Amino acid sequence: MIEINDLHRSFAGNEVLKGISLKIARGQILCLIGGSGCGKSVLLKHVVGLMKPESGRVLIDGENMSTAKGSGLRALRSRLGYLFQGGALFDSLNILENVAFPLKEKTRLSEELVQSRALKELDNVGLSGSEYKYPSQLSGGMVKRAALARALVMEPEIMLFDEPTTGLDPVTGHSILTLIDSCHKRLSFTGIIVTHEIPNVFSIVDRVAMLHEGKVLGEGTPPEFMSLENPTIREFVGGYGWEKQWEKTNEEI
Amino acid sequence: METHSVHNCINGWTMTIRLAKMIINLRKILTFGVSSDKLAAMIGIRTLGELALGHIRRMGVMGLFFFMAVLYLITPPLKFMRLLKQIRFVGLHSVLVIILTGGFSGMVLGFQGYYSLNRFGSDAFLGPMVGLALIKELGPVITALMVTGRAGSAIAAEIGIMRISEQIDALELMGLNPYRYLVVPNLLAAMISLPFLTAIFDVMGILGGYLIGGKLLGVGSGVYFGEMANYVKIDDVLEGVYKSFSFGIIIAWVCCYKGYYAGVFSGFGSEGVSKATTQAVVLSSVLILVWDYFMTSVLF
Repeated sequence: MIEINDLHRSFAGNEVLKGISLKIARGQILCLIGGSGCGKSVLLKHVVGLMKPESGRVLIDGENMSTAKGSGLRALRSRLGYLFQGGALFDSLNILENVAFPLKEKTRLSEELVQSRALKELDNVGLSGSEYKYPSQLSGGMVKRAALARALVMEPEIMLFDEPTTGLDPVTGHSILTLIDSCHKRLSFTGIIVTHEIPNVFSIVDRVAMLHEGKVLGEGTPPEFMSLENPTIREFVGGYGWEKQWEKTNEEI
Repeated sequence: METHSVHNCINGWTMTIRLAKMIINLRKILTFGVSSDKLAAMIGIRTLGELALGHIRRMGVMGLFFFMAVLYLITPPLKFMRLLKQIRFVGLHSVLVIILTGGFSGMVLGFQGYYSLNRFGSDAFLGPMVGLALIKELGPVITALMVTGRAGSAIAAEIGIMRISEQIDALELMGLNPYRYLVVPNLLAAMISLPFLTAIFDVMGILGGYLIGGKLLGVGSGVYFGEMANYVKIDDVLEGVYKSFSFGIIIAWVCCYKGYYAGVFSGFGSEGVSKATTQAVVLSSVLILVWDYFMTSVLF
């Protein structure tokens, strides 16, 4: 479904992506982890075509996102949903208008149908009763939920999540991950999650890849990844006590 | 004790000289023996070149931005509701400030014009003087400067905030064209609103001039308006319309461009937006005056 081939990109002489290659099968979710500044968000922006690589390509069902332009690019993007780190909700519109916006602009549904679908999506993410609030009146967790509702209202085939739990307390962060999982079960999208929520995120993803200094250091299913012997991965995973948490989670399962 | 400190001082001085020599030698090695004067000149030329290239690049991006805006303006679909909203913001909400500035500009012209013309016994020409000055020059220019300050700055700030908070990226990722939502409505709204606002400014200015010249200083209303009708031709009115129309384009173009590229060409974050807004107002105002001179001297 998503194929990233030998992606290179540098900024002002600093090479951020040094030949990234990854494959994500239809319906699977890949979790991207790595230290700050290792190029995770940059990679996501290449997947959606907001940035163009110096070499390499991103294929979505065989179509090259890196060279797509105009209507071809818009058609490819119509199949995508993107959850921005800060939500990127339109701050001059209320939550209901935000969620209804893609439906109004991209479909020819009647006003009543648009409203009912937007309200249903807001209900799905647990924001019933906050429809007429503006983004600045919401908490961080509610902004993420509203942004998720807006991203999912068009029922995309591919969902990309840029640090969906960053800046949230552990309970809210966990509830966002649970929400992503339930949405995945409902819509069966193919996804990439960039997160530091280890090991909680492992229970909802199919594969894990770690980026380090612009390269993929290791990749596999969560149990495979946790058993990789690479010292940097061990240090990253073990450095914050995540390894013990993972063992505990496994024991609980 | 004193000798000891002098000794220390000399030692320190010797060390400093040695260190300076080492740095010079190291620089010579690194710069393949090029002298420091030549090196300074090379750095200066390179900096100048980089500056010039940077400016040329930005002008190119700005030109391309205008081309794209016009392209999406002339091709459907048009976001009609967004256009109405922007006409209300750029045009309707500017009416009060235009009435005030127009009225007072006309009153000042009435005073100054009367006292200047009175010296030559030509105060009967106060009407044509006020009318021509306002319709050909002051009306379009002051209206454009007021709209730049009131609406242009807000447009640049709004689009700039949308840029830094990734709202423009969100629009793009929905498969929607940001030019159609953010640039075209502002461009059209300014092109439509500016001539009307200028007309209001002119009328208020002429009435302001009449209030001072006619009512306060004694130039008769028949003379004031009669002479104005004799001397002000339709070409003069059209000149004002053309100017205000083109000023509308300049305001929307510059302010949308500065906001759209906030954080790219003008620093990062909120500082980038504030710089972009300032640059939008300054560049729009300068371009309005330069373009006004160009139109007056070349086209008319």
